[in-house]
Amino acid sequence: MSNVNLKVDLNGLQLANPVTTASGTFGFGEEYKDYVDLNKLGAVMVKGTTLNPKQGNATPRIAETSSGMLNAIGLQNPGVDYFLKNILPETKQYDFKTIVNISGNTVEDYAKLASKLDESGVAALEINISCPNVKKGGLAFGTQPAMAAGVVEAVRQETDLPLITKLSPNVADITAIAEAVEDAGTDVISLINTLLGMKIDIQQQEPVLANKMGGLSGPAIKPVAVRMVYQVAQAVDVPLIGMGGISNAEDAVEFLLAGADAISIGTANFVNPEVSMEILAGIEDYLVENGYDSVEEIVGKAIK
Amino acid sequence: MPERSIRNIVSQKEICPGHYQMVIDAPEIAAEAEMGQFLHLKWAAETNSDPLLRRPISFNEIDREHGQLIIVYRVIGRGTKLLSTLEAGDKIDLMGPLGTGFSIPEEKNNFLVVGGGMGIAPLLDLVENLLVADKEVTVLLGAEKKEQLLNLEQYQELNVNLKTATMDGSSGYQGFVTDLLADLTAIEYVYTCGPEVMMATVQEWAQENEIAGQASLEERMGCGTGACLSCVCKIKVETESGWEYQKTCTTGPIFALNEVIFDE
Ligand SMILES: Cc1cc2nc3c(=O)[nH]c(=O)nc-3n(C[C@H](O)[C@H](O)[C@H](O)COP(=O)(O)OP(=O)(O)OC[C@H]3O[C@@H](n4cnc5c(N)ncnc54)[C@H](O)[C@@H]3O)c2cc1C
Ligand SMILES: Cc1cc2nc3c(=O)[nH]c(=O)nc-3n(C[C@H](O)[C@H](O)[C@H](O)COP(=O)(O)O)c2cc1C
Ligand code: FES
Repeated sequence: MSNVNLKVDLNGLQLANPVTTASGTFGFGEEYKDYVDLNKLGAVMVKGTTLNPKQGNATPRIAETSSGMLNAIGLQNPGVDYFLKNILPETKQYDFKTIVNISGNTVEDYAKLASKLDESGVAALEINISCPNVKKGGLAFGTQPAMAAGVVEAVRQETDLPLITKLSPNVADITAIAEAVEDAGTDVISLINTLLGMKIDIQQQEPVLANKMGGLSGPAIKPVAVRMVYQVAQAVDVPLIGMGGISNAEDAVEFLLAGADAISIGTANFVNPEVSMEILAGIEDYLVENGYDSVEEIVGKAIK
Repeated sequence: MPERSIRNIVSQKEICPGHYQMVIDAPEIAAEAEMGQFLHLKWAAETNSDPLLRRPISFNEIDREHGQLIIVYRVIGRGTKLLSTLEAGDKIDLMGPLGTGFSIPEEKNNFLVVGGGMGIAPLLDLVENLLVADKEVTVLLGAEKKEQLLNLEQYQELNVNLKTATMDGSSGYQGFVTDLLADLTAIEYVYTCGPEVMMATVQEWAQENEIAGQASLEERMGCGTGACLSCVCKIKVETESGWEYQKTCTTGPIFALNEVIFDE
C-alpha cells in the first residue's frame, strides 16, 4: 500500500477511488462477487432501470465486431419497484456506492423514477438520456440540448440526490449537450454511452442482431471516447466520469489525463471479470511511479 | 464457486476434420465442476482485444482423478479457429465452472439421452454418471456423417443401448436422429442437447408421452456471470405473457425440457 490518495469528490459525491463499473455490464454488482472484491470498487452503476419491468429485445442481442461488440439488450430489467424491494437491500451489504441508471420514454417517466429512488439510500442517479423520446417520434433525448436539459430539470425537481447525466456520443456536437445539462443542474456528467452500429451476416444476408442495430462498445470506441472527454472537460465545470473501451490501467489513466475525474469499466468486465481490480491497482502504480500524491493531480493534465 | 484463472493445456488433438479435443489441467475446477456446466474461455493469457469476447464451451468430461477438464469443440469462426491452434504447454484463460448442471432424478430408472451434432459433446459425462447411478440408458446420437459422431468409440464401450443416425447413412439409421424416437418404449426421463429443431422435436415427443426431461441450450454470451443479459432464452412461467427471458449462463444452460420455448 502506498500513501497515494485515491479518493475522488464528484461535486459532493464521494468515492473511495475513481474506479466504477458501467451500467448494463456489471449487473447489480453481486454477479461479480466471485471475481472482484466488491468493497474495493468506487461505485457500481446498476443496469438501466425503468418504471415498469421490461422483457427486452429478441435474441441475438449481441454481436462481436473488430475489437468491440454491438448490443441491443433492450433494457431488460425488473422495474424500479422490484429493484427497491429485492435488489437494493442485497447491494447494501457491500461498501461500494450504488448508482442507479434510470431510463424512460417520457420526461414524466424520469421524474417518477427519481421520486421513487429519492429516499431509498442509493448514492446517486445516473440519467441515461440515450433513450428514445416517444413523444418526439423516438428521437433520443440525448441528441438535442433542450430535450436533454428538460429531462435533467424534471429529475432535479424530484430529488436532492447527486445527479449524473450520461451523454450519448451519437450527436454532432457533444459539448452543446454537456453545457445544456450542466445549466439544467446536473452535478456530474458521465460519457460516453455506446455508438450506434450494425453488423450484417453475409451468409444469411441480414443483420446479425434481432434488433438490427445496436450500441458499439469496447476498445474500438476508446479514441472517440477520449476525444469527447477531452472536449467536454474544457466546455463545462462539473466533474466527469469517463468511459468507453477502457480495458487496462493505461487506458484509465488516458481518460484521467483527458479530463475525467473518475472512470467506468464496461465491456472489459466480460473479457476479464477481474479487470476492475487490476485497473485500480494500476492507477495507483502509475501515480506512485510518477511521483503524484493523489488522483486529482493528473485529472486533465493532457489538456493543452 | 466459479473462478477465473490461467491454466496449462495438457494436450490438444483433431479428433475428426474440424473437431478438436482439448485437455486442460485445472484440479480446482475439476473438483467442483458438474456435468452439463461450461467454461467461458479465451485463447491467450495476454490481453488481446480481437476477437474480443470469451467463448462458452461445455465440459465433455470432468476427470477429477487427474484434475483435468476435457472439452470437445468444432471450429466455427475466428474464436474456435484460434483455440484450435493452441498446443500442449500453451496457456488458456478460463472462467468456470459456470451455469447449472444436469441433475438425475433418483426415482426414475429408464433414461434416454438424445444428442445431435456438437450437442453430443456435453452428454458423455452425463451418460457415465447415469451408469454410475445404476440406470438403464438409451443413447441416440445423430450427425451428418459417421466421423462427426463424437465420442462414438467411448459410447460403444459403455453399457448403454446405443443407436446412431446419420444423414448420409454412414452409421446406423439414415435420416434424422429424432426419427428413432418412435420405436422407444418404457422411457421415463429424457436429456437432450443439439440443434434447436432437434430439441424441439424431442420436446414434442416427450410431451406426447408425458415424459419429463432436461435440455442444454446455447445462446451468444457476453459476461457469463449473469450481468449483461445477452444470453437469454424464452422459458415458460406463470405470468400474463406465459413466458419470460431467463439467462442461459446462470439459470441455464440446463433447463427443464417442457419449459423451454423453441421459436420458429
Ligand atoms: C453453454 C454453451 C456450451 C457450448 N458448448 C460447446 C461445446 O461443447 N462444443 C462446441 O463446439 N461448441 C459449444 N458451444 C458453441 C460455441 O460457444 C460456439 O461454437 C463458439 O462460440 C463459436 O465461436 P467462433 O468465434 O468460432 O464463431 P463466430 O461465429 O466467429 O463467433 C462470433 C460470436 O458469436 C458467438 N457464437 C457463435 N456461435 C455460437 C453458438 N452456437 N453458441 C453461442 N455463441 C455463439 C461467439 O461466441 C462469438 O461471440 C457452446 C455454447 C454455449 C452457449
Ligand atoms: C451489454 C451492455 C448493456 C448496456 N446497458 C446500458 C444501460 O442499461 N444503460 C446505460 O446507460 N448504458 C448501458 N451500456 C453502455 C455502457 O454503460 C457504456 O457506456 C458503454 O458500453 C461504453 O463503455 P465500454 O466500452 O467500456 O463498454 C451498456 C453496454 C453494454 C455492452
Ligand atoms: S452472458 Fe451475460 S447474462 Fe448471460
